[in-house]
Amino acid sequence: MSILINKDSRVVTQGITGKTGMFHTQTSRAYANGQACYVAGVNPKKAGEDFEGIPIFGNVAEAKQKTGVNVSVIYVPPPFAAAAIWEAVEADLDLAICITEGIPVRDMVMLRDRMRKENRRTKLVGPNCPGVITPGEIKIGIMPGHIHKKGRVGVVSRSGTLTYEAVGQLTELGIGQSTAVGIGGDPVNGLKHIDVMQLFNDDPQTEAVVMIGEIGGSDEEDAARWVKKNMKKPVVGFIAGVTAPPGKRMGHAGAIISGGKGTAQEKLAVMEACGIKVTRNPAEMGRTLKSVLK
Amino acid sequence: MKIHEYQGKEILRKFGVPTPSGYPARSVEEAVEAAKKLGGSVWVVKAQIHAGGRGKGGGVKVAKSLDDVRKLASSILGMQLKTHQTGPEGQKVRRLLIEEGADIAKELYVGMLVDRGTQKVVLMASAAGGMDIEEVAAKTPEKIHKVFIDPASGLTTAEAADVARKIGIPSWSVQQGTELLKALYKCFVEMDASLAEVNPLIVTKQEKVVALDAKLNFDDNALFRHPDVVAMRDLDEEDPLEVEASKYDLNYISLDGSIGCMVNGAGLAMATMDTIKLFGGAPANFLDVGGGATAEKVTAAFKIMLSNPKVKAILVNIFGGIMKCDTIASGVVTAAREVKLAVPLVVRMKGTNEDLGKKILKDSGLPIISADNMADAAKKVVAAIKQKGAKAKPKAKPKAKPKKKKK
Repeated sequence: MSILINKDSRVVTQGITGKTGMFHTQTSRAYANGQACYVAGVNPKKAGEDFEGIPIFGNVAEAKQKTGVNVSVIYVPPPFAAAAIWEAVEADLDLAICITEGIPVRDMVMLRDRMRKENRRTKLVGPNCPGVITPGEIKIGIMPGHIHKKGRVGVVSRSGTLTYEAVGQLTELGIGQSTAVGIGGDPVNGLKHIDVMQLFNDDPQTEAVVMIGEIGGSDEEDAARWVKKNMKKPVVGFIAGVTAPPGKRMGHAGAIISGGKGTAQEKLAVMEACGIKVTRNPAEMGRTLKSVLK
Repeated sequence: MKIHEYQGKEILRKFGVPTPSGYPARSVEEAVEAAKKLGGSVWVVKAQIHAGGRGKGGGVKVAKSLDDVRKLASSILGMQLKTHQTGPEGQKVRRLLIEEGADIAKELYVGMLVDRGTQKVVLMASAAGGMDIEEVAAKTPEKIHKVFIDPASGLTTAEAADVARKIGIPSWSVQQGTELLKALYKCFVEMDASLAEVNPLIVTKQEKVVALDAKLNFDDNALFRHPDVVAMRDLDEEDPLEVEASKYDLNYISLDGSIGCMVNGAGLAMATMDTIKLFGGAPANFLDVGGGATAEKVTAAFKIMLSNPKVKAILVNIFGGIMKCDTIASGVVTAAREVKLAVPLVVRMKGTNEDLGKKILKDSGLPIISADNMADAAKKVVAAIKQKGAKAKPKAKPKAKPKKKKK
């Protein structure tokens, strides 16, 4: 078991003919069951053609109808990315993973509102994220596959390379991962820490979770409070940005809305109070997790 | 992206938000000209810098004669204006806004930004205007009224009128207040703002509702839709190193420490800074080289880090995903040679093509200190500075293993 994706997932790549889309489709296809998982691409101008044997369709709905895809990965450039996500949502896929960085916030606000109002069931991971990987089964995104190892620890993070860092440490300690999810660094995104935590809680394969956050917002605090009430598995955490100067990245008024919250210290304190074992040394994420395993 | 108050007001006026009449000025003569053009007998001379708190810092003064305007303009132009947002060195005033005076009856606060939790634009308003709004939020949060605006319908007349009443706009001016709030929201959305703040929003003795100040920040991701906003960018207001970095698509922020760091990914960059601090050092900057770094980009990053005289050592921390370690390694070697690197350099590399990257560094013959993990890298870079700085024998850090190794 795992969460969100597994060897039976069937993936369509939106933006398969762009430089990034091509490169990561190649590497993802070469990982584990990728050959069987990557079955379609989308580019309205190149429908009917193929990319290294992967058929290209005019839109996601058509790709779904012809190939049975249930997951989309999106490498479409920022000005068109929100529309691309909507296309996957409208085609009623299980999951859309948007890698694209730099989508205007307004586009995401409109998209998320529409998804909620129309009560769409498609889950969204990202944007501005590394993607999702279930080691040994399937990799959807831009993470280096070889640092992962199949196992029982879930990883959820806002940051790409910091996720790799945590995964790399776990693997070096011989601890495998059930699924690693990069939820993305944008202010308005799809799944949040709390949503992924719920999925890990329900996944019989996952025995413990590493939660990595960073300054700004209150997603980590929300997840921590949920963990305290509901989580049946140990959680360890790290928050990046203890040394980040206030006001530089978090806007002025941003601190008001969260009532002065959003600092790394504040997040770490809430997480600790909720029973999450935190480390202030990012080089210790793996060992901290090891210490809570039975 | 930030703009000046006078530019913000130009934009607000286009959306129908009433503001006082005024003209920008870059010299004392222009300031006096502006006052003459405005007419009247009272003017406000306002320093234009991107930081807030200008009034308290002495950057906003009232003039009662053209002679006053001349005196105030010459004293404010060129001053190092220090506010709680500029840092101790202050910011040089290069532009002024000369405005007609206003008869203030009430000072209110209005702000808008995107709330991450609800994923909506939130309107915040308070009767406590003109003050430090963060202080109001911390001490008396009940004095701030919030409306989470439905993205599809926008700010409704009923919502706007309700807020206008709650913050104490008198009943006969509520309609003006309502229209102003709706115009401000329209501006926020259509211009892809990330922050719109009017502090204070005033009610004049003539019962007019007017934006006496304007602070607009914009979503960098949406600037491609707004060339007019991009044209308003004032590079004088930005850290020159940050400007230089942005030319190479590097995300760079100056800090106060002595260890330059170059990392890929914002989260890992922050974590690297945290680790340096944990082991007794202080980061000189935040630098995210991003996903597609080339040798040229890495060289630029090195030059930018080294142009900060406080930098005594450099730490490179790369976790290769999209970015391959060998690409970074060649970049580092090229850069180190080109800038004739004279400070210690610690490199930690992991991920895609890690071995190839390490080999390139080793074969270069450069005195690069290699590290196995983040903690090791941080310890080595802190030690390297001590070794270089202290004339005395270099002390190896006593605690080799930082944390208890529990099973």
